[in-house]
Amino acid sequence: MSDNSSLRTPSQRIAWSATIVVSTLVFIFLITPILAIMPLSFSSGSYLTYPLPGLSLRWYDDFINSPRWMNSLKNSMIIGVASTLLSMILGTLAALGLAQWKSRFKPLVLAFVLSPVVVPGVITAVGLYFFFAPIGLTGSYLGLILAHTALATPFVVITVGATLQSFDTNLARAAASLGASSLYAFRRVILPLILPGLASGALFAFATSFDEVVIVLFMAGPEQRTLPREMFSGIRENISPTITAAAVILTTVSVILLATLEGLRRRNERLKGSGA
Amino acid sequence: MTAALLTGADAKTEVPLKRRLRRAERRRQAKALALVLPLLLFLLFTFAGPIAGMLWRAVDDHEVRQILPQAVAALASWDSKDLPDEKAYAALASDILAARASGTIAIAAKRLNYALNGFRTILTSTARNLKAAPEPGTAKEALVKINPAWRERTTWTTIKDASGPVTGFYLLAALDLTRNVDGAIVATAPDQAIYREVFARTFLISLSVTALCLMLGFPVAYLLATLPPGRSNLLMIFVLLPFWTSLLVRTCAWIVLLQSKGVVNDSLHWLGIIDEPLRLIYNRFGVCVAMTHVLLPFMILPLYSSMKAISPAYMRAAASLGAPPLTAFLRIYLPQTLPGIGAGSLLVFILALGYYITPALVGGAADQMISYFIALYTTETANWGLASALGAVLLLATVLLALVYGKLVQGQQVTGGMKN
Repeated sequence: MSDNSSLRTPSQRIAWSATIVVSTLVFIFLITPILAIMPLSFSSGSYLTYPLPGLSLRWYDDFINSPRWMNSLKNSMIIGVASTLLSMILGTLAALGLAQWKSRFKPLVLAFVLSPVVVPGVITAVGLYFFFAPIGLTGSYLGLILAHTALATPFVVITVGATLQSFDTNLARAAASLGASSLYAFRRVILPLILPGLASGALFAFATSFDEVVIVLFMAGPEQRTLPREMFSGIRENISPTITAAAVILTTVSVILLATLEGLRRRNERLKGSGA
Repeated sequence: MTAALLTGADAKTEVPLKRRLRRAERRRQAKALALVLPLLLFLLFTFAGPIAGMLWRAVDDHEVRQILPQAVAALASWDSKDLPDEKAYAALASDILAARASGTIAIAAKRLNYALNGFRTILTSTARNLKAAPEPGTAKEALVKINPAWRERTTWTTIKDASGPVTGFYLLAALDLTRNVDGAIVATAPDQAIYREVFARTFLISLSVTALCLMLGFPVAYLLATLPPGRSNLLMIFVLLPFWTSLLVRTCAWIVLLQSKGVVNDSLHWLGIIDEPLRLIYNRFGVCVAMTHVLLPFMILPLYSSMKAISPAYMRAAASLGAPPLTAFLRIYLPQTLPGIGAGSLLVFILALGYYITPALVGGAADQMISYFIALYTTETANWGLASALGAVLLLATVLLALVYGKLVQGQQVTGGMKN
C-alpha cells in the first residue's frame, strides 16, 4: 500500500486508509458466515452455539449413515454430471457456430441463448412444471437434467466463446492448407487449444446444477431430492448440526471447483505470456 | 472448402471466382448455423416453450367454456343489462346436469369462485339439488328456487366474463384490478388487494439491497483495482469464495449467526452491549443482510473490471493540472466508473427482483417477495392463472431491465466478447 505513488497529501492518505478499513470490514462480512458455520459441524453438542462443548465427528457420521442425505448427495452428483455433459456438447457446438456465424440476427440469437441466466428461477421453474407435468417429466431424473442443462449451457457458451475469441483462426487455416480434414483439424489443433476454456465451462456448468434448488423444489419427487433441496427442508424444519456438516461438504466441493478454475486461469495466462 | 472449390472448377471453369467464393461462404454460414441449431431447439423445448406456456396460462380461460358450453353460447348475445332470458337458464341447467354426470362441475366452480367469492357454493348446491332437466319454461324458476343467487345479475356477468377463450382477469388481478358488473375496470376490494403492495415491497427490498451492495462494493472494488496484482488476486479470494459457495450454505450460515441464540447475539451479550437478544432474523433486516451478502460479488466484479480499465495517468494528469484530490476523484475518476456502477447495480437489482429462496428462509410473512406468491399459487393453492399472471409481470420487468443492461454493457466482456 506504501507503493501507491499518487498518495501525496494527508487527505489522500486518510481517504486511502478509510478505503482499507471499509474494505476490511466488507471482507469480514463476506467471509465470516462461511467460516463461522464450519466449526459447528465438528461440535459434540447439538446446539449451534459457541463455545463448542467439545469436538466430534458425530454429525458427519450422522450424514454418512443417513440414507436421506447420502441419496441426496448421489442425486446431486448424477444430475450435475449428466447436465454438465449435455450442456458441454450443446454449448461448445453453439459457441463454435456463433464464432463463425455472421448475421444481423446474431445479437438476438445470443440474447436468447443467454437468457436462462437472467430470467428469475421461479419463472423458469413454474413454466417447466406446467410444461413437463403432462409429458411425465416431473419427478424424473431426465426432467431435472434437461432443466439444469438449460440453465448451465449459457455459462458454457460464454466461457468457450471467450476462449474462441482469443483463438488464432490462422492455425485452423494452416491445418486445412496442409490437408487436414475439418474434423481432424478440430481434434488435433483446435480442441487442445480451447481445452482450458472447455474445462472452465464444465466447472461453471457443474456448479450451476450443483447449487440449483428452485427448479428441484418444483420438479423433483422424493426420489430425486438433491443436496441443496434436502438442506432447504432441513433449514425450514429445524437446523440440526447435520446441516452444518452438509454445508461443509458443499463448501468443500465449491472450494475444489474454484481452485481448479483459478489453476486453469493461471495456466492460461502463463501460456499466453510465453507465447507473446 | 477446398473440395467445393475443386468440384466447382471441374464442372464449369468459367464460373467467376467471386461467385464461387460467395457460394463457399454461404456454405460456411450454413454450417455455422447448423452448429447453433441443436442448442436453439433444445432451449425451445426446455426454456422458451415452458415460458410461453406460462404466459399463455396467464390469459387462457377454457374451463367454463368447456364445462358450461350451452350457457356460454346462450350468454354470447346477452347485453349484460337485465337478467338473461329463459333460454340461458335452460341452457345452464342442462350444462350443470351434464357436468355433474361427468364430474367436472368442481373445475368450473373453482374458476368462477376466483372471480366471485362464494360461486363455488352457488354452483355445487345447484348441481346437488337439480334433480332433472326442468320442464320447458320453468328453468329460471327452478334455479332461483334452489339458489336465489341466480336472480343476481353479477352471477351471470361472472359466467359471461369467464367464458373465454382468453381473459384479462388474471392479469388485472395481478395488478389489484377487476371488472365490475358493468364491465368497467375498477380497483379490487381493499381487503383482497395485496399484489401492488407485494410488488412495491419486492421493488423496495431490491432497491435497498442494490444500494447496500453499491455502498459496500465500491470501496472494495476500488481497493482491488488499485492494489498491485499479487495482493489484489489474494484478496479476490474473499470475493470469489462466497460467490462460489452454495446459496443454501450462505443462507443457513446467516440463520446460525443471527438467530436469537446465535453467534452475533451471544457476542453482543458477552460484550455487555445488550441484555435481551435482538431480533435479527425472520424479518426485513435478516432478508436485506442475507441478500446483500449473496449479491455483493455481482456488484464488486463489474465495478472492479470497469475500474481496472481506468488508466492511473488520468488521475495523475488531473493532479498535475492542479485539481485537488477530491475534485479529481469526483470529476475524473467517478464518471469513468459510471458504466461499471450502472452494470453492477442493474445486475444486482435484476437478480434481487426474482429472489425466492433467501426471503423464504430468513424472512417473515411480511417480507415475502413476488416469487414467493408465484410459487405459492403454483404448488399450494393451484391457482395457475394467477401464478402465471404474476409471473408475466415479473418477467416483463426483468426483460425490460435486462434490455437496458444489454445496452449498457454492449461491447463489454459480459457476452464473452462474441458480439462483432
